Amino acid sequence: MPEVDCKKYLTLSGLEPLVVTPESNFINVGERTNVTGSRKFLRLIKEEKFNEALDVARDQVEGGAQILDVNMDEGMLDGVEAMTTFLNLIASEPDIARIPIMIDSSKWEIIEAGLQVVQGKCVVNSISLKEGEEEFKRQAKLIKRYGAAVIVMAFDEKGQADNYERRIEICERSYNILVNEVKFAPQDIIFDPNIFPVATGMDEHRRNALDFFEATKWIRENLPYANVSGGVSNVSFSFRGNNVVREAMHSSFLFHAIKNGMNLGIVNPTMLEVYDEIDKELLEHVEDVLFDRRDDATERLLDFAESVKGQKKTQETATLEWRNQPLQDRITHALVKGIDAFINEDVEEARLQATKPIEVIEGPLMIGMNVVGDLFGSGKMFLPQVVKSARVMKKAVAYLQPFIEAEKDGKQAFAGKILMATVKGDVHDIGKNIVSVVLGCNNYEIVDLGVMVPPEKIIETAKAENVDIIGLSGLITPSLDEMVYVSKAMEKENLNIPLIIGGATTSRAHSAVKIAPHYSNTVVHINDASRAVTVVGNLLQKDNQVYKDQIRDEYDQFREQFLKRGKKKEYLPLAEARKNKFKIDWETTEIIAPEQLGIHVLEDFDITKLEAYIDWSPFFRSWDLHGRYPNILKDEIVGEQATELFDDAQEMLKRIFDDRLLKAKAIFGLFPANTIDDDDIEIELNGTTKKFLTLRQQSKKAQGKPNIALADFVAPKSTGKQDYLGCFCVTTGFGTQEIAAQYEKDNDDYNAIMIKALADRLAEAFAEYLHKEVRTNYWNYAKNEELSNEELIKEAYKGIRPAPGYPACPDHLEKETIWDVLKVEQTIGVKLTDNLAMWPSASVSGYYFANAEARYFGLGKITDDQVKDYSERREITLEEAQKWLNPNIVNEA
Amino acid sequence: MPNNISTELQKRILVLDGAMGTMLQAYNFTEADFRGERFKDYPTPLKGNNDLLSITQPQAIAEVHAKYFEAGADIVETNTFSGTTIAMADYNMEDLVYELNFESAKIARQVADEFTAKNPEKPRFVAGSIGPTNRTASLSPDVNRPEYRAITFNELRIAYKQQVEALIDGGADVLLVETVFDTLNAKAALFAIEEVKEERQIDIPIMVSGTITDASGRTLSGQTVEAFLTSISHIPLMSVGFNCALGAKQLKPYLQRLSNETEFYTSAHPNAGLPNAFGEYDESPEEMQAHIEGYLKDGLVNIIGGCCGTTPDHIKAIADAAQKYQPRLIQEIA
Repeated sequence: MPEVDCKKYLTLSGLEPLVVTPESNFINVGERTNVTGSRKFLRLIKEEKFNEALDVARDQVEGGAQILDVNMDEGMLDGVEAMTTFLNLIASEPDIARIPIMIDSSKWEIIEAGLQVVQGKCVVNSISLKEGEEEFKRQAKLIKRYGAAVIVMAFDEKGQADNYERRIEICERSYNILVNEVKFAPQDIIFDPNIFPVATGMDEHRRNALDFFEATKWIRENLPYANVSGGVSNVSFSFRGNNVVREAMHSSFLFHAIKNGMNLGIVNPTMLEVYDEIDKELLEHVEDVLFDRRDDATERLLDFAESVKGQKKTQETATLEWRNQPLQDRITHALVKGIDAFINEDVEEARLQATKPIEVIEGPLMIGMNVVGDLFGSGKMFLPQVVKSARVMKKAVAYLQPFIEAEKDGKQAFAGKILMATVKGDVHDIGKNIVSVVLGCNNYEIVDLGVMVPPEKIIETAKAENVDIIGLSGLITPSLDEMVYVSKAMEKENLNIPLIIGGATTSRAHSAVKIAPHYSNTVVHINDASRAVTVVGNLLQKDNQVYKDQIRDEYDQFREQFLKRGKKKEYLPLAEARKNKFKIDWETTEIIAPEQLGIHVLEDFDITKLEAYIDWSPFFRSWDLHGRYPNILKDEIVGEQATELFDDAQEMLKRIFDDRLLKAKAIFGLFPANTIDDDDIEIELNGTTKKFLTLRQQSKKAQGKPNIALADFVAPKSTGKQDYLGCFCVTTGFGTQEIAAQYEKDNDDYNAIMIKALADRLAEAFAEYLHKEVRTNYWNYAKNEELSNEELIKEAYKGIRPAPGYPACPDHLEKETIWDVLKVEQTIGVKLTDNLAMWPSASVSGYYFANAEARYFGLGKITDDQVKDYSERREITLEEAQKWLNPNIVNEA
Repeated sequence: MPNNISTELQKRILVLDGAMGTMLQAYNFTEADFRGERFKDYPTPLKGNNDLLSITQPQAIAEVHAKYFEAGADIVETNTFSGTTIAMADYNMEDLVYELNFESAKIARQVADEFTAKNPEKPRFVAGSIGPTNRTASLSPDVNRPEYRAITFNELRIAYKQQVEALIDGGADVLLVETVFDTLNAKAALFAIEEVKEERQIDIPIMVSGTITDASGRTLSGQTVEAFLTSISHIPLMSVGFNCALGAKQLKPYLQRLSNETEFYTSAHPNAGLPNAFGEYDESPEEMQAHIEGYLKDGLVNIIGGCCGTTPDHIKAIADAAQKYQPRLIQEIA
């Protein structure tokens, strides 16, 4: 071979390249993803258990395979579809797709289907002259155009090459056609000169191994750059059932084939003895056969084989220990550990033992779930684990459902039926979903009406479904009033169903003071998923009157105390509160004009940038794990769970980033602004003006403490100083709903909740990020700011970004003004619901105040005079103003 | 006009143009401008369909080409980055694909010929721009159905074939399969080009330009530089290179690896730096020139230009630098 040609090596690629050089010795092709060679793989493909089939592929890669052979040639399979599907699946697993693919089929259409879905340079296995030159050339040309290497079988119109001469004749002819006519790159040609079984007892097979070795040597010496490959296990076919002999034979054959120039091939690494460790006597017998050294070589090996047949190699059994336990223990284990891999087979076993399928739920599964419940109740399991348990439970129930349906004996399968809904105008459902899951896995049937559910639908469904309990959830403050409204409507319709209230802004105080008086049946507030099971259990026990009375008494007392306490507070008339406003010396305070006034939009923002800005503590809180990040990961009690949850979150986050699952968009504006009429801020926008309304604290303060409104942080027009204000909306929610829905469809609430919780965190992170950009870039009033993420979370920066609906400005109607000013919906698509929740819910909106003295505060309660004044400024009716400000109005109980 | 781009490549480093989109933004075209008289009643919003401007605002496209030639570009790319039925589906304009590509190539051809006539010593060329489309053949857009594909190889092949035929008919000297983020898409484009070459019994030089998406050093579909190169080298290419996503500085190590491994000519048309926090490219012509000069000193490229955010000023700076250096030598492999 001339020197310059030394770089003509077979080069393949998956996500990474594979160069077959003389130094690479032997390239091992993984063979287990082959339906003709692996019964297990065939079963997995037939049953469409693709995840397990991918595990087979992954095992091959991890076990050292450098090329992955995929074969779907089976009469009962649609080969084109199976090949396409499996190769597409492999493409989404980078740890497998790393290595090149060998598309293995005897059918051209399957090969071509494979070639059309693999981005790397693969190997076609195989083509040959069997159907004549024309077809051979046609296929070769296409393979070249698709950009693959090819295995050429020593096969022609007359049949398969079975001796030395035929092998080299066919290989040479194939080579010449490929290189000279098709212009196929010679290094992309791999010959398979047929490995046939030895020791078959037939004379014509005696030279099978030897001919292969010699043909290999000839090819490597006479057909420049061509490679040689073969399927090694064929050679030992006569010794099926005797692995000791087979492994020795594979090893010896491979050793000699490589010496003769075979540079890649299919070998099962678990069926391969180390050449040096083969018993010397066995090796001699094996090599006598391979090299046809004695007439009686076959008989001698067969005799010897009998004597070693019984020897079983001690193999590490990967058996999962717990799988050997009794059925109930297995089911309990699966539920406690959240392992769903075997649940269907265990449930099936339980079903066969039971007289009725429903007994499997009532018996083994409930016993298991009770263990989960006990562990959860005693703090030994945590919410994320319970949600995983629920996933297993749901899967088990889904499996049993058709059998239960078939029985149709009308027997109640569940402990009770619970309607769950996020109320009208609200879109937040993480908490509701967690409670649903926890109840669901305690064998309650959940009727989940989703989000933004109008009262009529709740009542109608409660009646139609004959539910035992209604659970209402909400996060934004207007939802509190919506819940009051629903409870009134339920009373009017004479519903006699206990009502459970939950959600971040709900409180025992609100439930006791504002809801319980309107509804005759029990009203209970629960803000902790783990309490839901106990409360529901108590409410649904046969003798529940005592419990119900107890709750009623408790809430009555609570209400009385609360109202008494409320009356002690003193309030200033609005006019006086205004006199006591927060005072900034506008003569000396620094006002910095934004560098870039006007409205700015960030579309298709690179969401991965937000990772550093995530505040993780609220994330753990949303899963009922309390503590501050990162200390929570090392927490004595919840640390382990928090860590596991955090790992899962990281994994999901990676997918969000890698697969671009969520879209981040933002809009914000910076405007000239001044305070007018004490509490309003007027901004200038394209020559017109718009007005933001703020609310003022009215509770009587200690000497020297001001009654603050946000307007105090912007220079009044009367000062003659030009000041500025910003407002914004960010979202990372687009995409969340679809992904969550898919998970829910797969009974995977854990991940459905996870994606939503992460989207929420990303939205907050985006708000934080954008605020920083505004401070240090767009407005640039804090040029030299250097803050760590921790300091950001502690809000150590200058200026504030309060959000409508939050303590400083509880008035949700302000969002409409922001939407109007920025054209939020038209530009980035975030909508406002009837009750002014943002949709998608992973969104944040608010204002930017830059003054160094601006700070966060809570409005607290306000009195009627401000409500009236506000309704006039807002130009709405007093009733409407009362409706929106209700949670903050003093005396209405 | 004899097609002599290959002979020019042996003599010197050729300069490719800069961004078309950045230049068109300056025109502030309105919806009505995009529509022109011909599409004034078209049912779909058309603003943002830059390829359409070759039909409705051909003068603007010609102006941009001319500005780049004036700045010193040897090759301009046709205004056809999204000129496939797949990408045009966003505007319901699948039926216009042939015309868009044909007209775009024709405009570029005319401007190129004018410049060549003025200075025959420096012949100018037209590269038919073949974008990646907005779909990926080896990635699923649906996280829950990893086996699903929004587009198949055959659909891509057919769409690309139509684009390729129109670009050739319109007068492109070379075909540029660019911004390759999914190698399988590129393989479909190359397959289509080979079909056209065979059917028409012609040869036309092909450039392939991949995109390394980020510091992982991989394409969006996950391939390393070497795997990408291996996957497309079955076709005799005029050049292989990288563009977009990264600035000249960040691209250099990958270009170095590519240059070491390939026997084809190499190309690069990086962005004007990395986007800032608001997605804008703000590397100045001088800064970019300095980075590119690093390529030239190390002999990494044969064709050099700009992608997102680059302007005639950038290209002028690049062309000035390129003049001073010898082209990369092709390795003798085989």
